Amino acid sequence: MELLSLLLQTGLSTITDVLPIAAIIFGFQVLVLRQRVPNLKKVLIGFMYVLIGLTLFLVGLQEALFPLGRAMAQQLTDPGFIRAASDSAGALLQWQDYFWIYLFAAAIGFSTTIAEPSLIAVAIKANQVSTGAIGVWGLRIAVAIGVATGIALGAFRIVTGTPLHYYIIAGYIIVIIQTVFAPRMIIALAYDSGGVTTSTVTVPLVAALGLGLASTIPGRSPLLDGFGLIAFASLFPIISVMAYAQLGTWWVKRNTGRQQD
Amino acid sequence: MEQLHRFLASVLSSTRDLLPIVLVVAFFQIVVIQQPFPEFARILVGSGLVVLGLAFFVRGLEQGLFPIGESLAYAFAKKGNLFWLLLFAFALGFGTTIAEPALTAVAAEAAVIAADGGVIARDDVAMSSYALGLRITVAISVGVAIVAGVYRIVRGWPIQYFIIGGYLGVVIMTAFAPPEIIGIAYDSGGVTTSTVTVPLVTALGVGLAESIRGRNPMIDGFGLIAFASLTPMIFVMAYGMVL
Repeated sequence: MELLSLLLQTGLSTITDVLPIAAIIFGFQVLVLRQRVPNLKKVLIGFMYVLIGLTLFLVGLQEALFPLGRAMAQQLTDPGFIRAASDSAGALLQWQDYFWIYLFAAAIGFSTTIAEPSLIAVAIKANQVSTGAIGVWGLRIAVAIGVATGIALGAFRIVTGTPLHYYIIAGYIIVIIQTVFAPRMIIALAYDSGGVTTSTVTVPLVAALGLGLASTIPGRSPLLDGFGLIAFASLFPIISVMAYAQLGTWWVKRNTGRQQD
Repeated sequence: MEQLHRFLASVLSSTRDLLPIVLVVAFFQIVVIQQPFPEFARILVGSGLVVLGLAFFVRGLEQGLFPIGESLAYAFAKKGNLFWLLLFAFALGFGTTIAEPALTAVAAEAAVIAADGGVIARDDVAMSSYALGLRITVAISVGVAIVAGVYRIVRGWPIQYFIIGGYLGVVIMTAFAPPEIIGIAYDSGGVTTSTVTVPLVTALGVGLAESIRGRNPMIDGFGLIAFASLTPMIFVMAYGMVL
């Protein structure tokens, strides 16, 4: 019963979310372009699928994954747990004692990115446009590795308390250098990958982890330190996607070089 | 029969999408935290819904969002009127962002922070007008981003100058913006790109690049999302500085 009302509620909010978009599209279609939508019936059914899909997806996340993920983030960041898991008997925890948190941050960053619907969309499109040169799974795994690295590093930053902007500025310098050397066709896609990762699945779990860490470590403020993880999660995929393309071209070059020998 | 077969195949592939999360959660629950699963049945039902939802969503993408985005792009390119194209770009960016629930939540949170910091008065009127102002700011910034991004595709300008310039702007703004707005500003870049907007905007960009002669969809078509996650950071920090 509770589930049903949650379904209805989420369905309604998804409709209000999609309604302005539909109004703009069909408004321009009718008033400005003055043309009929090709395959109108099929497209409308597609919109229905999107509505149903997003509703089920969000309700499922709220029911299953978010409570569990949040509880886990809390348990793992609990000083009692960290003390029990570490060998050091000293009163002060060292950054190494947070080993499980870095691993959890990386693992949850990777796995939630794989399930991110926006990324699936961009990967399908990139695969079509590149006529298969960019694999759907290749891109998704590259982005997921980026998010995993970013969030683990972000957790490390909260633990050590080093300033956020050092990491972000260093990251952007790497991005600029890679931009010069990366194949041109990957650049725009790589920049886009930064934006799509921080969406429905990743943000709530990562935010819980950041806030949990920032509120249990002495000297950290949840307000100032809890936020940075999202910035990390959108920076590192840019690096990893460009690296994915660079490795790909290097691999092709190496193999063709061998064949000529 | 064929319909059923296709549906089962997409459910199977969604299961594969969800599998890593299940493995990670199970590993940490059993091996690291060493506790039994609370409310196991509920988690199972929820995971089933996620899988079904993903399967429906991907079907809807291929059947609804991608085709409409592309057909709009082709129609605008054929019409050849830049003004209407840019107006549409702005409406799409603004309209999809202003109603975004995640943004509403972040804006309300930001109002509380601003009131705590003494930037605005601690009453409902001041706080809700601050939150509304923030939402409008972000929505305008996304509208501007899509306009700039679409214009870039039409012109075929290289994206890196815009992005690098934009991030330099973010860095400079960070140095001057009040510290309590910075976290919110960085987060607002992430909340603007919703699950419905991303496929639509991507299809629009790629469709435009495909239909304009001399543009390469791979090089020129992507990048709208990058613009839309960059400008809100700058605009929100500016909002924090002006108020």
